[in-house]
Amino acid sequence: MEKIIKVQNVSFAYSREEGSEPVKAIDGISFEIEAGSFTAIIGKNGSGKSTLAKNLNGLLLPTEGDILVADYNTKDDAHIWDVRQTAGMVFQNPDNQLVSAIVEDDVAFGPENLGVDPQEIRQRVDQALEAVNMGQFKNKAPHLLSGGQKQRIAIAGVVAMKPRCIIFDEPTAMLDPKGRKEIMAIIDELHREGITVVLITHFMEEAVRADRVMIMHEGKILLDGTPAEVFSQGALIKSVNLDVPPIVELADELRAVGISVPDEIITEEEMVAYVCQYE
Amino acid sequence: MSIRVEHLTHIYDKGLPTEQIALEDINFAVEDGELLGVIGHTGSGKSTLLQHLNGLLKPDAGRVIVGDVDITALGVSMVEIRKRIGLVFQYPEYQLFEETVAKDVAFGPKNLGLSDSEIEERVREAIELVGLDYEEIRERSPFELSGGQKRRVAIAGVVAMRPEVLILDEPTAGLDPKAHHDVLDMVQEVHRRTGNIIILVSHNMADIARVSDKIIVIDSGHLVTTGTPREVFSQKELLRGVGLDLPPITEFTETLREKGMELPSTILDTREAALAIAKALREKRTKG
Repeated sequence: MEKIIKVQNVSFAYSREEGSEPVKAIDGISFEIEAGSFTAIIGKNGSGKSTLAKNLNGLLLPTEGDILVADYNTKDDAHIWDVRQTAGMVFQNPDNQLVSAIVEDDVAFGPENLGVDPQEIRQRVDQALEAVNMGQFKNKAPHLLSGGQKQRIAIAGVVAMKPRCIIFDEPTAMLDPKGRKEIMAIIDELHREGITVVLITHFMEEAVRADRVMIMHEGKILLDGTPAEVFSQGALIKSVNLDVPPIVELADELRAVGISVPDEIITEEEMVAYVCQYE
Repeated sequence: MSIRVEHLTHIYDKGLPTEQIALEDINFAVEDGELLGVIGHTGSGKSTLLQHLNGLLKPDAGRVIVGDVDITALGVSMVEIRKRIGLVFQYPEYQLFEETVAKDVAFGPKNLGLSDSEIEERVREAIELVGLDYEEIRERSPFELSGGQKRRVAIAGVVAMRPEVLILDEPTAGLDPKAHHDVLDMVQEVHRRTGNIIILVSHNMADIARVSDKIIVIDSGHLVTTGTPREVFSQKELLRGVGLDLPPITEFTETLREKGMELPSTILDTREAALAIAKALREKRTKG
């Protein structure tokens, strides 16, 4: 399998103030992301997960170690646009990512900067808006849309650049439940179409959809595995002030009253199946 | 102290082509010491309602009576209303502006024209009430604090006005799980210690189910139902119709009930769910 992102012994340190002791937000981590996979990265605020996300497409550069995106080193100035075109990024607050007064202009902004042919841009914008179910809004003003709709426009702007990988940095944190569902459905769909997804989140119910979950704590990777492997470590996860998904919580409570639910049960469907077959 | 909302109606852009009814004939009461949960999807009219409760908006019809004062009457002093009712907006930390935490929290009380010693006492009390260490934090810049701490400082700024009613609009939005739990615990602690009315708006149904004495559900400017958490969350179809979910654990136990498992209806708590499921499974085993 092709490794689209390779993180090799990466540390990232920054100084809060001039002359003060640097703080290590990321502390010597290594991992690889497979092309076409869906990885969720979880951690509380200050765990280093957003700093890591910004390192994955060269918005920040490692102070030690290297990050290779489609084999381009993010430190290589000559290829920084190849890095960014391979790995697009969607941020938490949609208001900070929209630049134009008309939805379709906004989506065209990325491909225009890549120097894409105007006819091709037209095509890409229409396709990207369809991909996020916002085609009928293409002539609207972004500020009149809901939070979830704005975030979908921001995603379309990234999709129009045809990246092979999209890094989502807490894309649902500022949305209401309806907006969150819309965005998660779009992310699932993009993944099904073959885009590599890296999702930074602290909503555990979002992480259970991924095929790999990494938990960051104090700049290091604390756990890395399938959702079932990771969420079976409930006590460890809670010790770093994170939640476990609601069904894992319920499984723990069931075990406490003598029902030995297997560790691999972490989603609602699995729990329903387990309870219904119980005899 | 109680709040009575009677026949409250608000129309935006009245008389213009864009005229829109934001609230229509809303009636409810909050009794002394109650914690009222307010739910409704984005655009339902929740925020418009809150803004009437502290006099930011005036109704087109109806009244809001706080204690024995009709705050919607002509000539009522806004300062008096704000003293009684504190409103914490969404993402209140965006409104922090002072050099130190203590100065920021003191801003409201200062505008009430209180003496310096009274202000200091209130600032200390408010900072401690939101669960922060006064001595440790008072001289720090609000901008170097963590997200959860910033939010508490912003809430302390409202608490320092010693309002008789505290309204919080999505106080946990955007926080990580730890900060989320801490801020929710803090809300309950403030409620316990002041004994005042708290009105909490949230999209998180599990939180609302856990802390509310009573809930009101708003949709398209109407109050569609009200009751205890159990009464409200037993109306699954009605809630779904207005775009709201059940708390995740309730949703799950209802799914099991639909599949024929014998469980009590409207379970709101994970432990309660585990006990009920364990009981049902054991009965199944005995019968099987």
